[in-house]
Amino acid sequence: MIYEALLAPFVEFEFMRRALVGALALALAAGPIGVFLMLRRMSLTGDAMAHAILPGAAIGFLVSGLWLPALTLGGFVAGVAVALASGLVTRLTRLGEDASLAAFYLVSLALGVTIVSMRGSNVDLMHVLFGTVLALDDGALLLIGAIATVTLGALALMYRPLVLECVDPVFLGSVSRAGGVVHLAFLVLVVANLVGGFQALGTLLAVGLMMLPAASARFWARDVTGMIAVATAVGMASGAVGLLLSYHWELPAGPAIILVAGGAYLVSLLVGPERGLLRLAFPGRHLEA
Amino acid sequence: MAATAIRFENVTLGYGRHPAVHHLAGEIAPGSLTAIVGPNGAGKSTLLKGVVGALKPLQGRITLSTGARTRIAYLPQASELDRAFPISIYDLVAMGLWGSRGLFGGIGRADRPRIEAAIAAVGLSGFESRAIGTLSGGQMQRALFARLLLQDAPLILLDEPFTAIDAKTTADLLGLVRRWHDEDRTVVTVLHDIEMVRGTFPRTMLIARELVAHGETDVVLRPENLLEARRMVEAANDRAPICAQA
Repeated sequence: MIYEALLAPFVEFEFMRRALVGALALALAAGPIGVFLMLRRMSLTGDAMAHAILPGAAIGFLVSGLWLPALTLGGFVAGVAVALASGLVTRLTRLGEDASLAAFYLVSLALGVTIVSMRGSNVDLMHVLFGTVLALDDGALLLIGAIATVTLGALALMYRPLVLECVDPVFLGSVSRAGGVVHLAFLVLVVANLVGGFQALGTLLAVGLMMLPAASARFWARDVTGMIAVATAVGMASGAVGLLLSYHWELPAGPAIILVAGGAYLVSLLVGPERGLLRLAFPGRHLEA
Repeated sequence: MAATAIRFENVTLGYGRHPAVHHLAGEIAPGSLTAIVGPNGAGKSTLLKGVVGALKPLQGRITLSTGARTRIAYLPQASELDRAFPISIYDLVAMGLWGSRGLFGGIGRADRPRIEAAIAAVGLSGFESRAIGTLSGGQMQRALFARLLLQDAPLILLDEPFTAIDAKTTADLLGLVRRWHDEDRTVVTVLHDIEMVRGTFPRTMLIARELVAHGETDVVLRPENLLEARRMVEAANDRAPICAQA
């Protein structure tokens, strides 16, 4: 019974195993990235950058069809370009970062959809927007695995300046010039992970595996380390549970994964010990000191 | 040790083309304890930002004998720190070791006594594992002073460190400032409390966009100088002519 429900789908079908490996690898790196995005108040920045990937991937599609390296390279270049361009506009003009990012990503999204539609069918468009987690080939899995590996290594290396840049950027600026480099490197990691997620979940949902686990983690853990652990665990569990739900109930796999992560967020919001809604409603009687 | 810790040569600092500090010259001696005083908008904080290197002079030069930037401990006005970030007092204070450890150097068990000593010196023992968001304004300032202690820098810059801090905390932290002075560190502090300056700071730099007076505190803080400082032109003016010395 338990075997039928939880293990059989993965044992019997290779595409399910591939999807599981892909989802787990994605969640592994998306957890910490999402936590830092959230703590830097850049949650919507991640969303905007995910959209910004689209025209690049679309141009790759136009040139080569659904050929992985072209889609990846195009998406990566477009994502980094939009991140840099909106950062530059923010620094040089009076437009705030939110407004300049919104401007860039709206244009990107419209441009991307237009380009895909010029050559491809609606199926191709759906593929680009929502991904194909059940059809990950060797190349896609290797890409996702490589991105996760590089991300974890890079985060370990720059963990201290990254935290410091969030807490007290002025202090970091007074002791080191690392701040700017770290910020840039972090943005590149975000784009890389979005490009990896895009293979499986599409441009619209790739951010889901970053932000929903991170937002859930905020309700469970008090410090950064704890949040990263919780976020990664929630992301991985969402991947596995989402795939199972999609298998048993014939739901689209990508959205099922994100919906499970969304469910985890709602539960955390409700019962999380760190200022979850229940805790706020019933704080218990106050202490002596 | 060099004869000067900080040398200002015809320094103009500003935002856009509007000077906040205008053609300032002077020297701050190593081991001196200097207060920077002036009315609101006089360019006091801007001057510190110039020394730290966060703001490039529009004209002129600021030279430091301490050389590398890691040898400056700088405490900006409190508002710029993200108090919502989930980090403990211990970790915040430990960041003060950056100068000696840099990006990748380990901060481990061997550093624990130093970090705990710094936390004890500011009277925050027992608060180590608390998140910074739970601290009061005064406790936060104590924690930041502990971080300054660990930075162990020959040049210490403080920007209005006692604003909205109660008398007890101010007295404790002022004790640390005196201790730094006794240890022959160069301390430059932006302050608005003239009585505190008279009581503790031997040297004063009075500025009102331009330098009004600089030297022994008793001489600098004479009524005629304070009056002159108050006459400063208040607002930046878009139609102001180009400065003749620019």
